[in-house]
Amino acid sequence: MSSLTMGNRFGQHTTVQSSCDRPNTLTSGHRACQGCGEGLAARCAIDVAYTAAKGKIAVVNATGCLEVVSCAFPDNSWNIPWIHSLFGNTAAVASGIAAAFKNKGQADVRVIAQGGDGGTTDIGMGCLSGMFDRNDDVLYICYDNQAYMNTGVQRSSATPALARTATTMPNSQYSGSDPETGKNVPDIAMAHGIPYVAVASIGNLHDLERKVAKAINIRGAKYIQIHCPCPLGWGFPTAETVRIARLALKSGMYPLFEAENGVLVGSTPVEEQIPVEEYLRVQKRFAHLFGKNAQPENIGILQKIANRNIEKYRLGGMSDE
Amino acid sequence: MLYQLEGSQAVARAIALCRPEVVCAYPITPQTHIVEGVGELVRSGQLGNCQYLNVESEMAAISVAIGSEAAGVRSYTATSSQGLLYMMEAVYNASGLELPIVMTLGNRAIGSPLNIWNDHADAMSARDAGWLMLFAENNQEAADLHIQAFKIAETLRLPVMVCMDGFILTHAYEKVDLPEQSEVDEFLPPYKPEFSLDPENPCAIGAMVSPNDFMEVRYMAHRRQLEACAVIDKIGTEFSAKFKRNTGGLLRTYHTENAETVVVAMGSVLGTIKDTVDDMNQTNGNGKYGVLSLVSYRPFPDNEIREALKNAKRVIVVEKAFALGRGGILAREVELALKGLDIEIVTVIAGLGGRVITKSMLAEVFRQPKGNLVFLGLKEDAIRQEYKTVLNKGGA
Repeated sequence: MSSLTMGNRFGQHTTVQSSCDRPNTLTSGHRACQGCGEGLAARCAIDVAYTAAKGKIAVVNATGCLEVVSCAFPDNSWNIPWIHSLFGNTAAVASGIAAAFKNKGQADVRVIAQGGDGGTTDIGMGCLSGMFDRNDDVLYICYDNQAYMNTGVQRSSATPALARTATTMPNSQYSGSDPETGKNVPDIAMAHGIPYVAVASIGNLHDLERKVAKAINIRGAKYIQIHCPCPLGWGFPTAETVRIARLALKSGMYPLFEAENGVLVGSTPVEEQIPVEEYLRVQKRFAHLFGKNAQPENIGILQKIANRNIEKYRLGGMSDE
Repeated sequence: MLYQLEGSQAVARAIALCRPEVVCAYPITPQTHIVEGVGELVRSGQLGNCQYLNVESEMAAISVAIGSEAAGVRSYTATSSQGLLYMMEAVYNASGLELPIVMTLGNRAIGSPLNIWNDHADAMSARDAGWLMLFAENNQEAADLHIQAFKIAETLRLPVMVCMDGFILTHAYEKVDLPEQSEVDEFLPPYKPEFSLDPENPCAIGAMVSPNDFMEVRYMAHRRQLEACAVIDKIGTEFSAKFKRNTGGLLRTYHTENAETVVVAMGSVLGTIKDTVDDMNQTNGNGKYGVLSLVSYRPFPDNEIREALKNAKRVIVVEKAFALGRGGILAREVELALKGLDIEIVTVIAGLGGRVITKSMLAEVFRQPKGNLVFLGLKEDAIRQEYKTVLNKGGA
């Protein structure tokens, strides 16, 4: 990767990914799809964690895309201590690893759990909440591509309102995922009062890297959720992954913020909000909102969600109060 | 040293003597007193250098143990009944990942209907999960088997489940001889894993394996189970040489030499069975009855069972679980071990959901079993009445 790209020229702004010395924790040759947002997010997040922890990390991976693309026997794409156990127990396995290193007097080994939104917000929620409750010294990273991609794009509790998935197919009566459903896991994490919660995106790598590096050096339970567009599941060309992540940020559909001990302490401003339509139109999972049978009020529902995000997480700026 | 202890406390102290570094606790009757006991030993400093985690479910309990064991430290948890079912996905996972976790199963029935009392339905649900499964007959054995279990597990890189009957053992006060710390330290050296999650020497644990290799992986797991027979036997012998008690091994026999009828069972019911057989042999005066106590249910010691039972005319398997629609589970496995020998096999399903098993009930069935599948003490009147009610309603 070039270190001369705009934005990477200045020392303090250089990303770990732009450095020739990046640790390559997730090596090339893994089996992720072309344009995979999760692969990009994981490589960035774990590389920066590795750098911040001076190489002393151990990673637990939930079942899911990231796991199956990186550990097909006899190959393995990880240059770090890495374990896959199951789909729903990732946070608990990480708790066990952290307890073991603590007991061995090696608490300098930083423990990371990682999984997709299904493995985190649905089936892994019990173990995740338990890990938060005990304030175990684990950084949990959720790569949020907003559906069960590994099994063929079924709805998860992180699927956005009105999105088409294989289990929320739009027809004459239904318009994608029910807008009255879904859960906000960063908020739930904050409600546990854990030391650090953050939302990041592959549309803003500097911010993502800063948050991971910060979290690695905090003791106790940490949660970072990263927005990872999925070309296959969302229906867009593979070259568009990062642009679509950025459209989500600019429209307010994916608010970036961070919280300490349950209190919002910072958010990334949306400087010039674009209409949600610009983000939705480029994805086939929202195509039914625009076709000839489209109901115009549906766009309004999503625009309201974006506007509420901007207000709730103070994306208009923290200094307004 | 001898103590008068509740079974759960005896096990808790035996666990502490094994110096686990991570213990996870989630309450479920009748196992709860064990993890309470370990917790107290950790909090009072008697079990030093140990992380004790109160977790939110059995799934988390076993998963924490998977993580800590993968990071290279000796780990322990305990459960019962529904708890074992709730963690079952991870029970299979732990053996597949070759993590030598030791877990106590305080045996209890499985609902519905809800029942908190003892039988072996929970253990039987895990019989194909790849764990070694040892059954304790009394509290001395329960304590001793745990000490052996860590050594067996770590030698073979396989998890071990020590089964002890809920309430009948977990809550019973008995005399238990607990070894000194120094003796246990000599018997059970510190855990040195062959591989673990180590930043100095990174490795990956838990691959995805395609149809191309999966058969071989599972076959190797089977082979290791079979090899475990010799290891369990050897460690049992080592234990009895050091502590002067024969409380481990694969199985034990009781007056089987010239017995025409041998009763096979696992767990605490063996005490009642031995008393019954003693009485019957005394009345007969010629020792017609013998007993085989099965300690190791997994691996299943086919050869040793066949050797011990080959001269019997009749084998009566008393078991506290059964396969609905099929009958005995243990009996079928014993039958397979005796294949080709001219031995009559009788299955006695007994003590389900904590139903009392008395000597007189056993004596009656040992003397003259009514058929090859007997439900001991079944209230046949109640069953008849129930059928009548169903028929009157126009049902089946």
